[in-house]
Amino acid sequence: MEEDEQGVRWWAMVLWALAVGLLARLVTVWMLTGSPLVHAEGTGQRNLKTLIVLGSGGHTAEILHIVEKLNFEHYFPRCYIAAVTDNHSLAKAKKLEEEKAGENAKHCSYYRIYRSREVGQSYITSIGTTLLAMGHAFWLAFSIRPDIIICNGPGTCLPVCVAGFVLKVLGVKWVVMVYVESIARVNKLSLTGQLFYKLHLMDQFFVQWPKLQQKFPRTQYVGRLM
Amino acid sequence: MKQNRMVFVTVGSTLFDALVEAVCKRECLLTLRKLGYTSLVIQLGKGKFVPDKSAGEAEDIEIEHFPYKPNLAEYLGKADLVISHAGSGSIFETLRAQRPLVVVVNTLLMDNHQSELADELAERKYLYTASPEKLVDTLRTMKLETLVPYPSSEPSALVKTLDQFLGFAPSIRSVSDHR
Repeated sequence: MEEDEQGVRWWAMVLWALAVGLLARLVTVWMLTGSPLVHAEGTGQRNLKTLIVLGSGGHTAEILHIVEKLNFEHYFPRCYIAAVTDNHSLAKAKKLEEEKAGENAKHCSYYRIYRSREVGQSYITSIGTTLLAMGHAFWLAFSIRPDIIICNGPGTCLPVCVAGFVLKVLGVKWVVMVYVESIARVNKLSLTGQLFYKLHLMDQFFVQWPKLQQKFPRTQYVGRLM
Repeated sequence: MKQNRMVFVTVGSTLFDALVEAVCKRECLLTLRKLGYTSLVIQLGKGKFVPDKSAGEAEDIEIEHFPYKPNLAEYLGKADLVISHAGSGSIFETLRAQRPLVVVVNTLLMDNHQSELADELAERKYLYTASPEKLVDTLRTMKLETLVPYPSSEPSALVKTLDQFLGFAPSIRSVSDHR
């Protein structure tokens, strides 16, 4: 009897220690989020494995304008993720890669991901699809282990970013997370944007209208993408 | 020979029959013809409504249509007026091609954040906005010569900020530190 009690007490202590440790780690990650990482000088790392989430339609167009301007020597190798239902985005990314990177374009990888919510899908059924998308996103994020995730919505990027944050918390990889709110958002953030903002998930959070930046002071405005 | 002036109508990859129907109404065709337009090219998207080409013949306006093409640049380049849905992709492709644009907002969509962008751009005089019901009114009263050319964007600024954050480019602070 006494031994049992001791065992329980021991396990409770282990669980408490784990919980406290995890909490401390969470707080640390949150505090470090957004602080500049001086990769070039600090870690000597000259290139970052870059994961780009293509959100379909206008979202894809916007993010590819960023990719066009990236210095491919630093942002390398590059992986692209698009929704399973999105038939155009990966082709557009491949075309850009071939034009810009030429021979090196073959080092890029392309993935498709289940979407958490389709346009018009009800909020209730989207719980199940979100779980599926989550599982898939975690598997992808853990196998890619990017140095940086660049995304701009819509919901497609949410599970990928949560997975990226978990990589950080578990200490597997410090993933720099960058979010650019769509130019279509003039007066308020999108649902995805609001979540990222409130949860402090992003290291860099850009908006494309000055008055939106004024409403959300932890964001940055440095001009439009379109 | 009469000069060909083309109106390009696009609904992107969405379903927006109300727009196509509004454009193909006799009243609208008459208005377009009166404004000097001679042909109408309609990209239908996922819509079920298929315009009747003979309706155009009656008003002396040529109607051509197709569901989807990945590259609409060819049509945008030839268009003298673009009537588009409120998707940001179509809006900015048209503005960058420097074409006069009327954006028709889909009033049936729930949580219509798209009108947010169209309204802001209309306020800055880059384009006109309308609903399917008000399209004819807008076409009648618009003054295309008062539209302001859309300024080109600068994605490099964002990339530079990112480079600085990651240490790939000297940040403003470290530059002043070196002084």
